[in-house]
Amino acid sequence: MKHLYTWSGILIVVFFSVVGDILIARAMKQVGDVHALLRRSGIWTVVGRVLSNSNFFLGVAAMAVAFFSLLFALSWGDVSLVAPAAASLTFIGNAFAAKIFLHEKVDRRRWIAAMLVAAGVALLAG
Amino acid sequence: MTFRKYLVLAGVTVFAAAGDTLLSHGMKQAGSISLHHLQGLVLALLNPWVAVGILLLLAFFASYMNALSWADLTYVLPATSLGYVLLALVAKFALHEQVSPMRWLGIALISGGVGFVAGGPALTAHGHGDGTKSSLVAESEPDVSTVSQGAER
Repeated sequence: MKHLYTWSGILIVVFFSVVGDILIARAMKQVGDVHALLRRSGIWTVVGRVLSNSNFFLGVAAMAVAFFSLLFALSWGDVSLVAPAAASLTFIGNAFAAKIFLHEKVDRRRWIAAMLVAAGVALLAG
Repeated sequence: MTFRKYLVLAGVTVFAAAGDTLLSHGMKQAGSISLHHLQGLVLALLNPWVAVGILLLLAFFASYMNALSWADLTYVLPATSLGYVLLALVAKFALHEQVSPMRWLGIALISGGVGFVAGGPALTAHGHGDGTKSSLVAESEPDVSTVSQGAER
């Protein structure tokens, strides 16, 4: 039963982290290349575009939910399981979600990278 | 990829690792916080390690958003994971802590993954958003039709 709680906690953290990352990534693609914008029209245009983007605020909200669910998950399960499992599964989840929702071309190179990074993070974050 | 863009990616890695480290160091000094003792949270914010850690994490978020404006999520994320590698190297060479073989394996896997992604293009996504970026992706791929033909494997 404790395992069930721990793993549902981990999955909730992963879900909201992925949603947050995807929304922020989409918001920034809508804002446009910040370097080009800065050259053309200055910092306040960039700030204005970010702050008028609803995906940005939804993304930050999702990341906040992910952060607080991580705190709860950590109180349900061991740190040495929850932290690496959540971090590592977020990389895999993001690769799937980026392909589906952001239409990124996640080719074999990037799948291998996502797997290697997820495995590496699982080993290091523990 | 320009030099400035590599600097932004380096910022993503360094600010995340440094921010997390300072924050966790400061929170250990500040003691535990519970829902019943929320005043502890205010005290924690006054701890200089915590305050600087939060500033660094804000810098991380700014560089992260900057990077996402011109690169794919699946390109930027491996850069964030390099922070773990950086922390392990700092632990080994600056703090002279033991780094176990399992952690060295983790470092090797993450570095390999980052190398895999860094060898490819930074931006592959197109056809979403509101079109504001369309004029800005000069260094991106050819057009959608050629890519989709090429992608049929």
